[in-house]
This record gives sequence, C-alpha cells and structure tokens, in this order.
Amino acid sequence: MSTEAEKRVGHWNKTRGLMIVHLVIWFVFAFGIHWFAPQLNKISFIGFPLGFYMAAQGSLVVFVVQLFVFAKQQHAIDREFGMAEEE
Amino acid sequence: MSIFRIEGAFIDNLPKIYALYTGGFFLFILAMAIGEKMGMSEDSIGIGFVAFTVVIYALIGWLSRTAQVDAYYVAGRQVPSVFNGMATAADWMSGASFVAMAGGIYMAGYPYLGFVVGWTGGYVLVSVLMAPYLRKFGCYTVPDFVGTRYGGNLARGVAVVVLIVASFTYVTAQINATGTIAAKVLQIPFGVGVWIALVAILLCAMLGGMRAVTWTQVAQYIVLIVAYLVPVFWMSAKQGFGYFPQFEYGAAVAKLADLEVLHQVGQLKPAQAVAGMSALVNSTAGAADDPIAKFRFVTLVACMMMGTASLPHILMRYFTTPSVKAARDSVAWSLLFIFLLYFTAPCLATLTKLQLLDPNLATSIIGKPISQVMALDWVQKWSNVHFLSVVDANKDGILQINEFFMRADIVVLATPEMAGLPAVISGLVAAGGLAAAMSTADGLLLAIANALSHDLYYKMIDPKADTKRRLIVARVLLLFIGAAGSAVASLRLTNILGGVAWAFDFAMSGLFFPLVLGVWWKRANRPGAIAGMVLGLGSGSWYLYMVKWGGMKPWYGLDDLRFGIVGAAVSLVAMVVVSLMTAPPDKETQDMIDEVRVPKGASVMSATH
Repeated sequence: MSTEAEKRVGHWNKTRGLMIVHLVIWFVFAFGIHWFAPQLNKISFIGFPLGFYMAAQGSLVVFVVQLFVFAKQQHAIDREFGMAEEE
Repeated sequence: MSIFRIEGAFIDNLPKIYALYTGGFFLFILAMAIGEKMGMSEDSIGIGFVAFTVVIYALIGWLSRTAQVDAYYVAGRQVPSVFNGMATAADWMSGASFVAMAGGIYMAGYPYLGFVVGWTGGYVLVSVLMAPYLRKFGCYTVPDFVGTRYGGNLARGVAVVVLIVASFTYVTAQINATGTIAAKVLQIPFGVGVWIALVAILLCAMLGGMRAVTWTQVAQYIVLIVAYLVPVFWMSAKQGFGYFPQFEYGAAVAKLADLEVLHQVGQLKPAQAVAGMSALVNSTAGAADDPIAKFRFVTLVACMMMGTASLPHILMRYFTTPSVKAARDSVAWSLLFIFLLYFTAPCLATLTKLQLLDPNLATSIIGKPISQVMALDWVQKWSNVHFLSVVDANKDGILQINEFFMRADIVVLATPEMAGLPAVISGLVAAGGLAAAMSTADGLLLAIANALSHDLYYKMIDPKADTKRRLIVARVLLLFIGAAGSAVASLRLTNILGGVAWAFDFAMSGLFFPLVLGVWWKRANRPGAIAGMVLGLGSGSWYLYMVKWGGMKPWYGLDDLRFGIVGAAVSLVAMVVVSLMTAPPDKETQDMIDEVRVPKGASVMSATH
C-alpha cells in the first residue's frame, strides 16, 4: 500500500500523460491536417473534397468524441488513485 | 410557479420543465404558421416571435431572482452537467456564430472555416487544461483564481483589467447584433434598437445573477438551435439533398464547384468596391496551396482556440457544476451542443449560395436580367437599408457574379427570404439570432460586473461589506456597464465578426498563459504572472493598433484578427523568464496547487468567501 504522497505523484504523472496524448490528437486535427488541405481536396470523401470536409466537419467530430473519451479516462485515473470525489 | 423557488424540486424537474417549454415553443411556431396562412402580415409575425421569446426570458429571469451570494455568483453550484452544457452553448454562440459565421463562409469560402475549427477545438483546451482545475479551486470569478494562486492585489487587479478589455470588446459586438435584429424586426432606428436590446438583456440578469442567466440561457439555446436548423432542413429538402443535409451536402459542394466555373468565380473580380459589402467571387471549397494562406488558416484557428480557453464568461460557467467530474462532463456536453450549430454552418452557406447560383432553381439570380432581380422583394428590402447592392458594371443588363454585393452579417437573417421560405421562418430566425446575441451579452455583462463587484469592490476595496451590500453593488455595476456597452455599440466601430475576433485575441494575450501555467507549472510566481499579463496585453494591443491604424505591414500575414499570436508569445516568454529570475512561490502556494490537481477534498477557497 503506497502512501498518500506517492499516490498523488502517481495520479499527477498519469494525468499529465493523458493531457499530452489528448493535446497531440488535438494538434493534429486542429493544425496538422489543415496544412495539407489543398492535397486532401483531391480526395473525395462521401462526396466532399476531403480537405474541405475536415475543416467543415471532420475535425469537429474528432473534438466532440475526444472530450467524452477524455472525461471518462480522467475519471478512471482519479478513481484508480483514490482521488475521485465522493458520490 | 413556486417550483422555481424550491431549488431541489426545480433541479429534479429540469428535463420536464424544458420539454414542456420546447413543446410550447413549437406550438407557438405552429400558431404563427396558421396566422400567416390566415393573412397575418410578415411584420407582425416577426414582432410576435421577438416579443414572445423575450417575455419568456424575462419571466425566467424574474422567477430566478435571488438574495444569496452563492446563487448570484455561481448559481448555487448545482447545475447538472447536461444543462450547464446547453447554457454554455448559448453563452458561447453569439451573434457572431449565429448571424455572421455562415455569412463569412458564404462570402470568403474555405479560409473562414478557420472559425469553425477554432471555436470548437478550443474546448479541448478548456477541458484538458483549465475548467476542472478552476472548478476545484472554488473561485467566483477568473481574477479570483489569479489573485489567489499568485497572491496580491496587483495580480488580481491586472487580471480584472484584461477581463474587462476582452469582455467589453465582445459585449459591444453582441449589443450591436441584438440592436441590428431589434431594429430590423421592430422597424426602429438602430440607435434606439441597442437601448431596447439592453433592457431585454438586463431583465434576464439583474435580479438573479448567474442563476437567472443559467436558466434563461438554456431556454435561449433551445430557441437558437431550432431556428438555425429548420431553414437548413427545409432548403435541403427543397433542393433534393435529403433530410440530413449535414451528412449529404457533399453533392451540393460538388455542384457549387461546377456552377462556380460556369459563373466564372475566380476570374471575374468586382469592378469597384462597395463599402462594407462583398461579392461572391471566392470559391467555397478551394484551399490555396500557398504557405502564407495556410499560415493564416492555422493562426486564425490558434487564436480562436486559445481565446476560447481564456474567456472568463465561458470559464465561469464551469464554476456552477456540482463537482469537478461534472465540470469535465459538462465541457463535453457543451461542445456537443455547439457542434450541432457549427457543423451546420458550412452547410447553410453552401445551400444558400446554391439558391442564388443554380439556374435550375426558381430563386437563382446570378445570370438573370438585372431588372428582374431588382424587382424581387428581398433585394429591394435589404438594398433600402444599404445591406445589399446590385451594380451593373459591364452594362449588359445581366447580373454577373461580380455585380452582386451584400454584407456578410445579413446572410443568415436573409436566407429564408432568399430561399423563398414562408415569413414564419424569417421570424423564427430573427428570434434565434436575438437569443444567441442576448445570451452571450448576458454572460459577458455578468462576467464584467462580477469581476468588478467581487474582485475590485469586495476583495480590494471593502472586504467587510455584507452580502446585501455586495449584491447591490453587483447590480448597480451591471446597469452601468450595460449602458456603457450600449453607448459604444451605437457608434458601430467594427463589424460583428471583427469585434468578436478581437475579444478572443485580447483574452489570449493577457490570460491564457497565466491561467494554464498557474495549474501546470508550480514554479510560476507572482512577478511572472504580472509580467505575462501586462506585457502580453500590452504587446497585443500595440500590434493591433499598428496593423489596423498605424500603417504597419502585418508580419507573415498576421492581420488584426490574429494579433493574439503576438500577444500570447510575448506573454509566455515574459512569464517564464520573469518567474525564473525571481523566487519560487512559497510552500503554502505549492500545497495549494497540489490540492487543485486532485478532484477529491474540499475546494481550495472556502465555500462562502
């Protein structure tokens, strides 16, 4: 059984790891993919030019799903280390 | 209606209450539609929609009145995450999102999708970096966090200044939008419209503070999302793109691309400029393969995202949830509700453009004889108020793509008329635009008034003030700031979208790094935070002034919509350098940060501070 202080360190390390993973995904869909929009526009996706689609819809869908997943994952981390609120 | 006063019962009954409300709203739309069939005039339908919705908001505002500090500032911290998500969505989606964004895409095409990406992706930063931690902190306002985390009245005071600069810029744009709609529907001068708009806005917020604003914002969200979606579904069904146009308008985009070739989009340029208006001379889907264009796209996205995560009226919505976990869930719900409008905006822009460009549709005007176009009701109406202009530059009597000009701000409001939809839809859209602008103005006015009454008056000037006095000060300030906002709005210094983008840039210049590093970097200290806020806001404002009025050439295409990039970069460097040059924060502060980082346990600030 680890001490409270160790648990807090473990909790924060995992929290920080999760933050980095989500910010990388965010970076790719916020910036990375739109840099290549002219090239992606040559590909057709359900009738849309892909570059336009990603800016008009694709990135947005990723963000919404990402936030629900993030909320779930962070709550799991909080519980794992006994840091969640009492319910 | 005692349910509104018994908090417990009210909270448990929320789904039922708002379901009834939504049903009532649909019945009202139906009644108006029947009224139209029976010969009700277009003007009285518009007035009916505006009056009906504003009376409901005022009623909710009155029923939610309160004399408790916790209810006034943070709605008693018991707003369930789904409803807080709806309230945030209304708080968030302003006149700019509802009225101006689709218009920008309609006019300028792909480059404006930067707003769509930026104004949604910013919530990833809100959830991952900020909101849950600020909720755990237990503050009433954003400067409250800065003042306590970094300590001292100077840090708190500077944060109040940044908040006021950003929020005030934003609120004038919203009062402008509200006034524009009021002026159009009630047929009164714009200068009178902004004051009528202010009265309506204050009715919602004055008596009940955050609690009243929360419950009116949920009601406003329902109105605005219905008003945004209905015309799009209708146009799509009429044009044959199916009943879920958001997933199926790929064919419309392709068709538009063909028509753009037919109408020589990209080749024809306007022969002369018409002030404040633009012609449809840009391709909708085409993205330029040029480094500066790409850089402008990603910097616009970055500004809107970092601005999202620093705007106090948004962050303070997450202070109202019952727990840290609920705050996190609530951000996800907020984005889902926002997404419903944002993924529709490019679709609306595409379908509306088709209505004018597709020669097979009865509503098309490009390629038609000018005399025929000028005879159209909506063309006359909007040109009379100088929002639209037709200029036969080559004198051939036929309307070419570079001869039709309109203001981007009116596209959404005018869409039902352009597409030949019934007047009841125009009334609905006006009510939706009003809901969007009012809800945001409410949130902003409250953010400013709360920062002044709580941080400036209570924390810095008179810490012994009793509850009653604090709430009176808060309300009087609300009145004065609202009046100041209306006075500035009546001057019309910039268009709606421009004003809103500036607010985001101000917020990110001054607050983004002090807030993020306050949680994520223990070493950040008071001198660093003050340097970050002062130099960030200062350099951002300087750059804006130089580019907009000082005649300076923008660096790498960073124009006045993107000055936050300069401000935030300076803010980061200043904050890190100054923090490292001065002593680290004391033990007490470090322990406080440890507490903020875990959800369990009491909030850092005591419950009734």
